[in-house]
Amino acid sequence: MLILKSKDIKENEVTDFEIYQNRRKFMKTAAGVGISAVSGLPIIQANAKGVVSPYSTDEKLTDYEDITSYCNFYEFGTGKSDPARNAHTLVTSPWTVTVEGECEKPGQYNLEDLLKPVSIEERIYRFRCVEGWSMVIPWMGFPLADLIKRMQPTSKAKYVYFETLNDPEQMPGQKRAVLDWPYREGLRMDEAMNPLTLMGTGIYGKDLLNQNGAPLRLVVPWKYGFKNIKSIVKISFLETQPVNTWQKANKNEYGFFSNVNPEVSHPRWSQRKERRIGQFRKIKTQKFNGYGEQVASLYKGMDLKKYY
Amino acid sequence: MKIAEPYFTRVFKTLLFVLLLLPALYYGWGIWQDQLGANPLEAVIRGLGDWALRILLLTLVMSPLRRMINWAQALRLRRMLGLYAYFYVVLHLLGYLWFDQFFDWEEIWFDILERPFITIGMAAFVLLTPLALTSTKGMIRRLGKNWKRLHSLVYLIAILAVIHFWWMVKLDVTEPAIYSAILAILLSERLYQKFSS
Repeated sequence: MLILKSKDIKENEVTDFEIYQNRRKFMKTAAGVGISAVSGLPIIQANAKGVVSPYSTDEKLTDYEDITSYCNFYEFGTGKSDPARNAHTLVTSPWTVTVEGECEKPGQYNLEDLLKPVSIEERIYRFRCVEGWSMVIPWMGFPLADLIKRMQPTSKAKYVYFETLNDPEQMPGQKRAVLDWPYREGLRMDEAMNPLTLMGTGIYGKDLLNQNGAPLRLVVPWKYGFKNIKSIVKISFLETQPVNTWQKANKNEYGFFSNVNPEVSHPRWSQRKERRIGQFRKIKTQKFNGYGEQVASLYKGMDLKKYY
Repeated sequence: MKIAEPYFTRVFKTLLFVLLLLPALYYGWGIWQDQLGANPLEAVIRGLGDWALRILLLTLVMSPLRRMINWAQALRLRRMLGLYAYFYVVLHLLGYLWFDQFFDWEEIWFDILERPFITIGMAAFVLLTPLALTSTKGMIRRLGKNWKRLHSLVYLIAILAVIHFWWMVKLDVTEPAIYSAILAILLSERLYQKFSS
């Protein structure tokens, strides 16, 4: 378990986009001539001017272009390139998040008010889709735990439940009932409080684009991508386990926990390997997406084949 | 309808041959120029599968076309269309074996046994192979009556191909539903012909 706590960083200390771009260029060049292998230094630490989170990976970042053009966001269409094409209709300002359920501070919160007391930090996480592809994404965000503490959940609050906006005018994909709208997700309280769990607000030092779930989304790096609910408008504290959207759509294929697990195959895909976007060869999928050190203890004694 | 004979063989068939080659060239070029999006290998595998299915269905359009617009020459396009369908099936399969599994035969065998959509796709490929191999004039002559019986397997293969697509899709079955509808029309036209005569 990592005990290092990342220090608060100011917005202007965060790696800005140009530096990322330069780093990308540098990495590409470095890969070509083998500089990184010779120097042996993690390039990210050598280049970032912001504070590097101890939770961040130093793996090669997925291109911004790929992260913002290859998306699953059925609210804007079921094709991978649909969200980038259609998500411009989403209005993210003003944005209100309703907090309700088993907590002391329910209410309607403006996004600015939710973000005011938090410090946005950078976390470079692996992202693994249930379909067998993966990315390395430099998220901007803050720990979900910060927000939960402020809402003062009661002792009855065992789960945190999230909902995406439900507005077919802004989200044209919702005109078709491919999924049961609104999109719903949930975490057990200990999962939600885990320091890895983020509320994402940006990538590559920039605000989230609509197709990536602007303005506020969940980031749980040890779970399959669909758990990372986007464009959140409701957070609710519940006593019982909610039913998430994909579980409702097909409970033989998608569970509540949905932890990345190469040992439990999806009926239509082996989960043993993954295609890292931007790479030719497939790589082996790691249990809990490589975050076992931080999260395996949450599932002690659970049969992960049963609770997939 | 009839296209003047030298034009039919020299121009029309040549044009069709070049046209059917274009998707393969497009995917080859797309990979080379990195124009196929964030996941180009998957785009190639899926795209080749799409074209295999489209051309396979096109082979089944020829005999209704002959009946409907009285165009006997349509039947003489079937061999080229069928072989092209097989060509795209082989590329599609090769794409899967290489780009998806990197020739990890243990993993591939696992896939065939455990994933119904792979099982059925593989079955369609196995059944289509003897049809491609017996498409020469010599084989048609040698097999005689049995040739037609063997080649009526194409109906089963087309059904398997559509199911293969349907079961592969995660949620939105619009596309496989369209192909299913087209196949259903093509098959029922034949049933109608059979029972009305």
